[in-house]
Amino acid sequence: MENLIALLIAAPLLGAAVLLVGGRRLDRVGHWIGTLLSFVSFVIGLALFADLLGKSTEHRTMTQHLWTWISVGSFHADVTFRLDQLSMTFVLLITGVGSLIHLYSVGYMEHDERRRRFFGYLNLFLAAMLLLVLADNYLLLYVGWEGVGLASYLLIGFWQHKPSAATAAKKAFLVNRVGDMGLSIAIMLMFATFGTFAFGPVLSHAGDTSQGKLTAIGLMLLLAACGKSAQVPLQSWLGDAMEGPTPVSALIHAATMVTAGVYLIVRSGAIFNAAPDAQLAVTVVGAVTLLFGAIVGCAKDDIKKALAGSTMSQIGYMVLAAGLGPIGYVFAIMHLVTHGFFKAGLFLGAGSVMHGMNDEVDMRRYGGLRKYMPITFITFGLGYLAIIGFPFLSGFYSKDKIIEAAFAKGGTEGWILGGVALLGAAITAFYMTRVMLMTFFGEERWRNAPTPSPAEPSVEPAAETRGEHTEPHPHESPKVMTIPMIVLAVGSVACGFFFNLGDRFLHWLEPVTGHSEGHSPVSTWTVTGATLVCLVIGVGIAWAQYGRKPVPAVAPRGSLLTRAARRDLLQDDFNHVVLVRGGEHLTRSLVYVDHTLVDGVVNGTAAGFGGLSGRLRRIQNGFARSYAVSMFGGAALLVAATLLMRAV
Amino acid sequence: MSFPLLTATAALPAVGAVATAAVPAARRTAAKWLALLVSLATLALAITVLVRFEPGGARYQLTESHAWIKNFGVRYELGVDGIAVALIALTAVLIPFIILAGWHDADPLETGSRRWRPTQGFFALILAVEAMVLISFESTDVFLFYIFFEAMLIPMYFLIGGFGDRAHAQGEEAAATQRSYAAVKFLLYNLVGGLLMLAAVIGLYVVAGNFSLQEIAQARANGSLHMATSTERWLFLGFFFAFAVKAPLWPLHTWLPNAMQESTAPVAVLITAVVDKVGTFAMLRFCLQLFPQASKWATPVILVLALISIVYGALLAVGQRDIKRLVAYASISHFGFIIMGIFAMTSQGQSGATLYMVNHGISTAAWMLVAGFLISRRGSRLIADYGGVQKVAPVLAGTFLIGGLATLSLPGLAPFVSEFLVLVGTFTRYPAIGIIATFGIVLAALYALVLYQRTMTGPVKPEVSAMPDLRARELVVVAPLIVLLIFLGVYPKPVTDIVNPAVKQTMSDVHKTDPKPSVEAAK
Repeated sequence: MENLIALLIAAPLLGAAVLLVGGRRLDRVGHWIGTLLSFVSFVIGLALFADLLGKSTEHRTMTQHLWTWISVGSFHADVTFRLDQLSMTFVLLITGVGSLIHLYSVGYMEHDERRRRFFGYLNLFLAAMLLLVLADNYLLLYVGWEGVGLASYLLIGFWQHKPSAATAAKKAFLVNRVGDMGLSIAIMLMFATFGTFAFGPVLSHAGDTSQGKLTAIGLMLLLAACGKSAQVPLQSWLGDAMEGPTPVSALIHAATMVTAGVYLIVRSGAIFNAAPDAQLAVTVVGAVTLLFGAIVGCAKDDIKKALAGSTMSQIGYMVLAAGLGPIGYVFAIMHLVTHGFFKAGLFLGAGSVMHGMNDEVDMRRYGGLRKYMPITFITFGLGYLAIIGFPFLSGFYSKDKIIEAAFAKGGTEGWILGGVALLGAAITAFYMTRVMLMTFFGEERWRNAPTPSPAEPSVEPAAETRGEHTEPHPHESPKVMTIPMIVLAVGSVACGFFFNLGDRFLHWLEPVTGHSEGHSPVSTWTVTGATLVCLVIGVGIAWAQYGRKPVPAVAPRGSLLTRAARRDLLQDDFNHVVLVRGGEHLTRSLVYVDHTLVDGVVNGTAAGFGGLSGRLRRIQNGFARSYAVSMFGGAALLVAATLLMRAV
Repeated sequence: MSFPLLTATAALPAVGAVATAAVPAARRTAAKWLALLVSLATLALAITVLVRFEPGGARYQLTESHAWIKNFGVRYELGVDGIAVALIALTAVLIPFIILAGWHDADPLETGSRRWRPTQGFFALILAVEAMVLISFESTDVFLFYIFFEAMLIPMYFLIGGFGDRAHAQGEEAAATQRSYAAVKFLLYNLVGGLLMLAAVIGLYVVAGNFSLQEIAQARANGSLHMATSTERWLFLGFFFAFAVKAPLWPLHTWLPNAMQESTAPVAVLITAVVDKVGTFAMLRFCLQLFPQASKWATPVILVLALISIVYGALLAVGQRDIKRLVAYASISHFGFIIMGIFAMTSQGQSGATLYMVNHGISTAAWMLVAGFLISRRGSRLIADYGGVQKVAPVLAGTFLIGGLATLSLPGLAPFVSEFLVLVGTFTRYPAIGIIATFGIVLAALYALVLYQRTMTGPVKPEVSAMPDLRARELVVVAPLIVLLIFLGVYPKPVTDIVNPAVKQTMSDVHKTDPKPSVEAAK
């Protein structure tokens, strides 16, 4: 069976190669080739899953060695894949949700003349992500890691003719590169410390080295995770990434990319377990991002950006859980999977709304859409209930466990982290209810708002290609789009309950992640009760603000916090002033320095010896050539003379 | 006596150069085909060298040795180790692409121009450079090496000064002036370096009594040739300076942007991907073997200069407005990595540096040649004159992106392997330097992607709206280079297997072993 592992990656990789090299003659079938190969990978995943389930718990790790990649001295990297319970979980999520997104894109991208290429990039994305979770060493993981960065670069910037899309794509790649730097340094530290960077030996010997080194490795891995998973302080790319077509957002937020950071931390659990300082840093990053994303999500009027804030916040929960150690790893992954279902569903729903609304993204120009797109409304609504943690839906189980684990950390830290997680639950309920109410309920604000709002220009290019800014005629999307939404909605409702039945998910992952029961200062029932109270408060405030009163079609000025949150809490402004402007000044002055100072000093020094600079200035007069010739002649003479003297 | 394969490999392009130059003026196309065929035949010979070379065998193989100037102990001595074989292969692979990419670069200009471009000369000069570069990689006699190290400046000078880009904002007159400035600057910088080296070569002869690399290195190793510390250091500096100019290392780099900017794209590739490699190659072969103690003595300063090159070159690349200058500064940054890898004195660093020379050659060729195709279409080197090209010429844009991604060392493409080896090889001995050098990877992403964004994305500029996509000849140039980049990125073993044994010997020359990890987890 282990020989099938490589095929998981090979199928979408083949798709990417065929679609991108194949050229125009594949335009008519390209999208189906891409979708088919994605499903092929999913089916192989299912076969491998069935095989794993048939084995006893301790034999559920398979490896497949393909070839030796790099070997120099003691530096040794293999192309080897590892399939265990953790990577299996990711494989099913990536290929399953990924395939549904492929299917949806067939309809969503129908009118785009570059649809073939789009599917090539989607396949590349899956292949890179699968490589990331299947690699058996950190260097091979790094290939998938940056491959994901490349695929997201290509997809975010898919509509390259729009400068904003091209800029957003470049920004995503660059911010991710800063994170990648962390991964590079972590791998170098591992090699210097352990002499290898393969998972097996590094993780089993993690305890043998000093805590200082482990902390350094842990912090560098955290930096890497921050980049890929859009955690503070490397979160700024995620909002801009909405420039890509909506299915891309679904893919980035649910099945691939942002989940990579969580995977990295959970995979490297043995390192973090032995480095409490690094663990604390992980929890702090998770807690801060959890609130950061939630606050941003409350202020955005662009439906996709509100959902992006939500992703940041939900990933914050996962990172927080991963920072708690063995008690949290399983729940981080469980929330990751349930989130994969409902967030993919929400994004596809948002895309469906935009599809029926002339690609309008401003929720202030939505309203009352439930009548016009019932399937979208119901599937989006179920995703909404799942994400806010409505009892017995997916989010309820996974988020509750994280909050409980946070309290169980104990001491002041436990109270702070638990409190933040609870507060986050309330804010989540608020902003998601806000999205729901503004989109599907209330007045039909699109009727009297024919011109697009200047503040949030339409993200999709179709505004100019698909029709004028006339009043939209909301309609339901075609089946090829609604079926994936229905499947995801079913998952959002049921998977939490299913996973939790007899602690199935826990027993499945435990052998890889380890597990410990914490001693929470508050009982499970208290946590559940408190979470429900938070949920009711969040929904209630949102109802009071957006349900009871009509929503203004133009955003009010808002408080200082609201205004800051609309601007992503000013982080972009900071980046712009310090990094972009500062960098421009630095490079410009360096160009000047190079041209005058370095060149001048070197030439001038040479002039001291041989009049080089004076000669250089006289080039135009044609002296230089004769000078060069004479220099050559001189050199030849010098050689002859010296050798002759010695010979004599 | 067996067939002198190494001599033949270097002599073939030399003979080809003469033959190409002798083709009558009217038969331009015949001259081009002749040059291309000669370069392909040379490639065949280089492949034979590669096949005949046994990685686990003697240090220098396929050796040839003849007395040349008996009185002065100068011998015609050739021999290759794994490092030389890799670079010979790189050179022989790149030249056919350079010729094919420059197919029309030396055609006579349209009537009305006072400049005549001797097509035959252009291709003859390229072959002449190839011959001299090949023999530099092959010589194991210091004096023989020196002669060709210097002599290759002459054809290079004419290639830069005589065959500039047709793209120039200020017209033909200004272009000619700037070209000759660039050519002379190239020549003078390298001549000054060469003169210092000449002094050191003579000094070495005075001390050692012969020019044979193998004899001197052996005598140094077994202690029979003692050098005073100060003598060794002075001689080392003489050699190193010349190589650092050629490589080029900060602050001796300023000739490179001028030279690459003014010459045609294929010649720019010839400079940075082929000729400059002689400099870094010679550091590994001559500096470390002949002067091991001095090399170690100078290491801290060289590493800092290399680090400056990495960061400074990348920052300047970000600030450029001219596409070719940008590529030139990117190369300066990459040469910093190569030199850092050599002087980190670890097997990963040195194998990585050699692999880096090969990969940088291929990736720069891909990136720069596509840039050249782009520039020839629009007649401008300025980044600001482009925009939205991917809409009208998607294949050109796609290949340009791949070239850029290779330059920023994307994993999966060849340069990643070498860059990571250099970084990790440096890090194990000098952690701080390794970490600072890692910033180079972020800056590389910045300049490569900014260039792509500004030229290829956004709304289509009216001036580029009629731009044709890559032609068949251009695809033939680019596609194999991209295939090589992917192949060596996924499976670099063919190169590392050849290079590793040679690096092992160099490491023992300088009495260095790799640092040991604190935990033996690999066992």
